[in-house]
Amino acid sequence: MTDNKLINLLNITKSYGENVVLDELNLYIRENEFLTLLGPSGCGKTTTLRIIGGFESPDKGQVIFEGKDITNTAPNERQLNTVFQKYALFNHMTIAENIAFGLKIKKKTKAYINDKIKYALKLVNLDGFENRMPDSLSGGQQQRIAIARAIVNEPKVLLLDEPLGALDLKLRQDMQYELIRLKNELGITFIYVTHDQEEALTMSDTIVVMNQGYIQQIGSPEDIYNEPQNAFVADFIGESNILPSIMVEDKLVNILGTNFICVDTGFGQNKPVDVVIRPEDIDLVKPEEGIIKGVVTSLLFKGVHYEMEVNACGHDWLVHSTDLVPVGNEVGIWVDPFDIQIMNKPESEDEEAAELEI
Amino acid sequence: MVKKITERFYVGLILFFLYAPIIILIVLSFNSSKSRARWGGFTLHWYKELFKNESIMNALYTTLIIAFLSALLATIIGTAAAIAINGMKKTPRTIMVAITNIPMLNADIVTGISLMLLFIAMRFTLGFSSVLISHITFNIPYVILSVMPKLRQLNAHTYEAALDLGASPIYAFFKVILPDIFPGVLTGFFLGFTMSLDDFVITYFTKGPEINTISTKIYSEVRKGIKPEIYALSTLMFISVLLLLIIINRKNADKQTVKKK
Repeated sequence: MTDNKLINLLNITKSYGENVVLDELNLYIRENEFLTLLGPSGCGKTTTLRIIGGFESPDKGQVIFEGKDITNTAPNERQLNTVFQKYALFNHMTIAENIAFGLKIKKKTKAYINDKIKYALKLVNLDGFENRMPDSLSGGQQQRIAIARAIVNEPKVLLLDEPLGALDLKLRQDMQYELIRLKNELGITFIYVTHDQEEALTMSDTIVVMNQGYIQQIGSPEDIYNEPQNAFVADFIGESNILPSIMVEDKLVNILGTNFICVDTGFGQNKPVDVVIRPEDIDLVKPEEGIIKGVVTSLLFKGVHYEMEVNACGHDWLVHSTDLVPVGNEVGIWVDPFDIQIMNKPESEDEEAAELEI
Repeated sequence: MVKKITERFYVGLILFFLYAPIIILIVLSFNSSKSRARWGGFTLHWYKELFKNESIMNALYTTLIIAFLSALLATIIGTAAAIAINGMKKTPRTIMVAITNIPMLNADIVTGISLMLLFIAMRFTLGFSSVLISHITFNIPYVILSVMPKLRQLNAHTYEAALDLGASPIYAFFKVILPDIFPGVLTGFFLGFTMSLDDFVITYFTKGPEINTISTKIYSEVRKGIKPEIYALSTLMFISVLLLLIIINRKNADKQTVKKK
């Protein structure tokens, strides 16, 4: 990844009728970056991707690609390729013909095309599939052909629109590794759209969390997970306890009536804030050793860990722990200062979305 | 056992009533006697007469040319229209589909007379072209009707995928969209072809005095007294349609078995 801005989206606005899908969106994508647009359905992530691909044109704003304005360039004249959600393979053509489609348009020689087909099929681990028809392939195989068909054109950027959405869990996990490997072998930029936070955290260099047409946070997976900037991001990325609190002073926050020591500064005094505590960051200790006391109200076995709810100070705290505490037991809750993440409290939902600049 | 016999008898009865008139026609076309009541022995005389009769042969030629051209042109126009309608938003699309359906339900006589009035109002000479235009007009809805469902089944992204890979919109249409909707387009063409072959009323009102199709020719012949050549002609038409049907069904059956594999 370099600092070279390959794609730059400037003030992109798009609405369908009354419905504003994207509002003054600004975003840049660096060369060789794996960037993920993450958000719930209707957040504008697919529209953003389609604007980059050229399938939608923005009402306002510019798309800059390698310094050139391509806002009004037709999709067939853009140096990027897309992998669509439902593969969109050409069903009446063989796999080889599917992969050769773009190369034939570019009038490449037969030998070149055949080499490329071989190379691409090898890359996606489907050697020898040249003469099969798309319907005879499984979903995962079709998806890999769709990727092969896109990458033989040697695009500078590969756009992926929820490419793993239709696959089952095991296959999805395998394909995640596959995609990371492909990205490293090809050395090109990936722009990936998904609503699956786990996918985003696993694969991305940079995650862009979106909601209702606004960018909520941009950062590395670690940043997004450990230091969510607002309650939406905290809630959308993984499970969390979001607690309305008051910042008493620097490094001291009052959560539900009890003072906790934290590491954040600069929020002012007696300022209402939101506090995020990840369920795995809460330690259950003996009642007298905890900062606050509570009672275990529910217990679920989740495989890797137990998921417990602890009622303390009138709030049900979500706790993940490998140690089991039976329902009804009294426990103490301990949270290390650096595990308490303080966020500014938005005064309204609009502000929540709008105040977050890049 | 009894049930099976009754079942077979019932099916036999239905088939008898369906096909008895055609069988009588076929039998009469080989009857050497001119009388419809008496069997005068087997002959191919009427078939020879038929092929010698220039006006009938001309009418046959006109019919086939009109059927082919009107089906072809209606298929092109109708397919383009279907694509446009499919691309519309929901409400305009529903309205457009309803509008294109009306001509199919409209009585032929109304369509025929209104087309005739239109041609006269526009000072358009009634003749081959007026018949052709009329046939294209009533064929278009059938093409739209058979192409639309295929378009709806299409994965919306395949067209975009083609553009994405560098295809121009026209190249993408011929390489990606057309092959996928082709069965619907072909059905539309054959529907149009048979509707055109079949049509009497609209042709009758728009043809003018110069030309005849088979159906208008037969109609005018019948007024003069029916000749056995007409039986021969009708038999030939029936057999051609039968063959066409068998071929189409065979093709479909083949495709299905291939898919099952």
